[in-house]
Amino acid sequence: MDRRQFLKNTTAAVAAVGVGVAPWRSAQAQAGPIKIGLLAPLTGVVASGGKEMVEGVQFYLDQVKNEMGGRKVELVIEDDASNPDTALQKARRLVEQGNCHMLIGNLLANTGLAVANYVKGTGTPYFIPIIAADDLTQRARIKNVIRVAGYSASAFTHPFGDWALKQGYKKIATISQDYTFGHEQCGGLAQVFTEGGGQIVQQFWHPLNTADFSPYLGQLADLKVDAIFAMETGADSTRLIQQYASFGLKEKTPLLMAMNGTDQSVIRTMGPECEGIIAAAHFAEGSDVPTTAKFEKDYEAKYGKIPSLYGFSMYSGMMWIDAALKKMGGKVEDREAFIDTVLKTELDNSPLGKTVKFDDYGNPIYDVYIRKVVKRADGKYWNVPIETYPNVSQFWKYDPATYLKQPPYSRTFQGIKKT
Amino acid sequence: MTQPVSKTSVLAGMTGRALVIAGLVVIVAACLPMVLSSYQVGLVTEVLIFGVLAMSIDILAGFAGRTSLGHGAIFGVSTYVVVYATGQAGLSPWAGFALGVLAATAVASVFALLAVRTSGVYFLLLTLALGMIVWGVCLRWTQVTGGENGMRADVRPAALMSHSAFYWAVLAGAIVVSFAMWRFVRSPFGLTLRGIRDSESRMRSLGYNVPLHLFIGFTVSGIFAGIAGGLYAMFNNFVSPSTVALAQSVEGVLMMIAGGVGTLFGAFVGAAAIIVLENIVSSYTERWLMVLGITFVLIMIFAPEGIIGKLRAITSRKVR
Amino acid sequence: MSLFQLLNGLTFAALLFVVASGFTLIFGLLRIVNLAHGALYLFGGYIGYSVAVKTGSFVLGGIGAMAAIAAIGFVLDQGLLRFVRGNELRQVLLTLGVAFFLNDLALVIWGGDSFTVPIPEMLRGGTRVFGTFYPIYRLFVLGMGIFVFIGLWVLLNHTRLGALIRAGVDDAEMVEASGVNIRRVFLFTFLFGSALAGLGGLMGGAFLSLYPSADAEILTFSLAVVIIGGRGSLVGVGIGSLLVGLLNTLGQVMFPELAYFVIFGPMAVLLAFRPLGLFGRAT
Repeated sequence: MDRRQFLKNTTAAVAAVGVGVAPWRSAQAQAGPIKIGLLAPLTGVVASGGKEMVEGVQFYLDQVKNEMGGRKVELVIEDDASNPDTALQKARRLVEQGNCHMLIGNLLANTGLAVANYVKGTGTPYFIPIIAADDLTQRARIKNVIRVAGYSASAFTHPFGDWALKQGYKKIATISQDYTFGHEQCGGLAQVFTEGGGQIVQQFWHPLNTADFSPYLGQLADLKVDAIFAMETGADSTRLIQQYASFGLKEKTPLLMAMNGTDQSVIRTMGPECEGIIAAAHFAEGSDVPTTAKFEKDYEAKYGKIPSLYGFSMYSGMMWIDAALKKMGGKVEDREAFIDTVLKTELDNSPLGKTVKFDDYGNPIYDVYIRKVVKRADGKYWNVPIETYPNVSQFWKYDPATYLKQPPYSRTFQGIKKT
Repeated sequence: MTQPVSKTSVLAGMTGRALVIAGLVVIVAACLPMVLSSYQVGLVTEVLIFGVLAMSIDILAGFAGRTSLGHGAIFGVSTYVVVYATGQAGLSPWAGFALGVLAATAVASVFALLAVRTSGVYFLLLTLALGMIVWGVCLRWTQVTGGENGMRADVRPAALMSHSAFYWAVLAGAIVVSFAMWRFVRSPFGLTLRGIRDSESRMRSLGYNVPLHLFIGFTVSGIFAGIAGGLYAMFNNFVSPSTVALAQSVEGVLMMIAGGVGTLFGAFVGAAAIIVLENIVSSYTERWLMVLGITFVLIMIFAPEGIIGKLRAITSRKVR
Repeated sequence: MSLFQLLNGLTFAALLFVVASGFTLIFGLLRIVNLAHGALYLFGGYIGYSVAVKTGSFVLGGIGAMAAIAAIGFVLDQGLLRFVRGNELRQVLLTLGVAFFLNDLALVIWGGDSFTVPIPEMLRGGTRVFGTFYPIYRLFVLGMGIFVFIGLWVLLNHTRLGALIRAGVDDAEMVEASGVNIRRVFLFTFLFGSALAGLGGLMGGAFLSLYPSADAEILTFSLAVVIIGGRGSLVGVGIGSLLVGLLNTLGQVMFPELAYFVIFGPMAVLLAFRPLGLFGRAT
């Protein structure tokens, strides 16, 4: 009797020892549903973003009547609790217990990196529309970790640096959360801006969840710079924008932010203090491109709020996966073919506004918008494109091979050109 | 609780019946990978690791009357060092493991130095604050710890790659460590700790150096927490500040209480109860945090003696 | 340190004082390390936010926050903590369970978005303090901190209730033996301490904003304040707040890499020499 047979005979007897769900070991029949494991932070510090991630996925599944590539879809949602240890445990459950064909999701970089490290061993396709760590599509690529409708952190701040130069800014100071996502976004801007002749006067790094920004704002106010670039997410962003205005800096120095800083998830609860902030991103909810505008309108009608980066990215990511599944007739069991097909698939008609495809490193090539926060007719604030950089590569205008020879952006390496 | 303590055998104090039960438990535990799915084997592995952590807390709480809210940090320091040593410094997993336990022991001894002079609620507060310092360092010392993102490394030795192989290794480790702790609390030294728990002033007047005993007790407990932390590094191949956060310490304490303070092996029962509860509840509702909170409250109010304590109370009633 | 940064430190210290004084009152008299204090702060902030937005009144928001949190405090003390009196560990973990519950409940009620309590018109904008431009609201927070300090000082030192509380901090059994219903003093202290957390939530919610996990952050700072200041000492919590507030600012300005360590490093050193804090007394 081989082990598997032995298992079948004994499983029933000991199922009670298990954790509620009986072990599900038989291989899935080809005609069964496609099982998608969704990891999202439904509790913890970024819970609101996680909720919108789920909404984005469900919004798409509703539109396609729960069918992708000709097969029914079974969605299993797990809460990663904004905590990498939990994310890892839930990923194990989805893959080993739930027999999911693929994983999608995670919001915080640390949860995404933990899961990526795990699927490296299992080979499960893992889609990351939100996890933006540069090296996942650069120096430390994992074949089955795919950035559908996602982006690498420094990809949008490269053109942003260029834009800042064109505004005639000579001196910029940066303030950023002190972790990889911040280092990378600041680095992208700093490198392009200094290579074009600009000067980064000073860089401030603060811990995540900084209660009080006033000490930093005091120093920023003394610097006499042409613009300030801030990289913030979530509540830090709310506080920075709000305190930036209350200390009177808003009237004095233009504020540029990395895209999460003026995302709907942040500005939807804010007032005039967020008006006029500039950010660079592949998505602007106030864009008048028809597919984007339609997506925005439908989403708002359904969920009663303007879609954020999270809802939008998950929606587009699902659409991308679906496009690939259609091409291969839903044969998701053939992992190798599935991954290859996704990487070769171009995405049309998505809320992104134009056809998007992957570069050779698995990062999508987008048009990057320089966008501005403006007040909508109904008094809500949203981001409207004011300028477009078409077909921006994650390597900007550098040769990929040369670019990859420089170290990844970190607190000590910001690509700043010495003058 | 009146087994005779003889010094002739390593199994001193273990009755024949207890020995049989322990043997059976070990055999059943060893057979689990043959009947459970790989995910469930992972869960049971976690139960063992956290059981060891909870037991290390029980050494202090149950036998010296001092409950530490900083053991998660000691546990996590070991995890950090193991991941760093194997990933960043390129040491072998075993050398990394040894270093991790050593680091945890060192941290525990520093905690002990600061904390042994206090008792009661101050001890809770102090260990909690010390744990927070460790957490703050792990979060902020980005160059070394990787900050918020933490570190990844292939810590698990190649021979233990499969779920069941690793489980058996952890099981073997847990058995050795449990036995060591059991011997420790029954040693003359352990009896002195119990004396301190029951009446500090009496022990002092009998000429015992109370702070020194507590210092040693705390440090030894740190060694065991460090072993658990090292195993956790191998389990996850990953570490981040949440591993050293207050929640980790609290979870350890709660597991210990759920099992039964002072029951030592109850720690495994408590760990199993909490981990299984978290898993079942979180698969049914988003509101698992709320359920967990309510469970905390209910345990504190209705079952402070823990599962094993409760069972003992029931069985002893029957005997009478 | 410039006047500007000094004000930053002082205003942050003032908020910490309001929150931590409630914590230390409860800790001092009832010997309860109330780990739900941060959750009470956050919950108070959310309730204050909702009331302030609905009524358009910041003052009503403050009253609503304090009343609601005092009510939650009543349930916590009379409904739950009474079952575990005298057992410190069980009390601590019980309050932590309550914190989990309250945080998740807040997530259900208000969602996870960040909210900022609207500031009344007269406190908006900035003013010049000795030539330095400074937001009026933060000066108001500083004023509130001083006001609460004076109020508490009068309460503790010039009223019968205050005398009972002080005596209770030193020796609760003795007070009880003298025929006073110490339970009632305990309950009042618990409600009052909770209400201070609610007030702090509203004040902090207007310039630090409210979001999941804000509770843990403020709790960490409060713990540092109380550990430095010592159990149940008003002066201690005042000095602790000033130290933590100023160190936090100083640390962020001078040693940005060690911002967090600058607060907890000195705390650890202090603990090594005075395990009961600057003004704590052994009992």
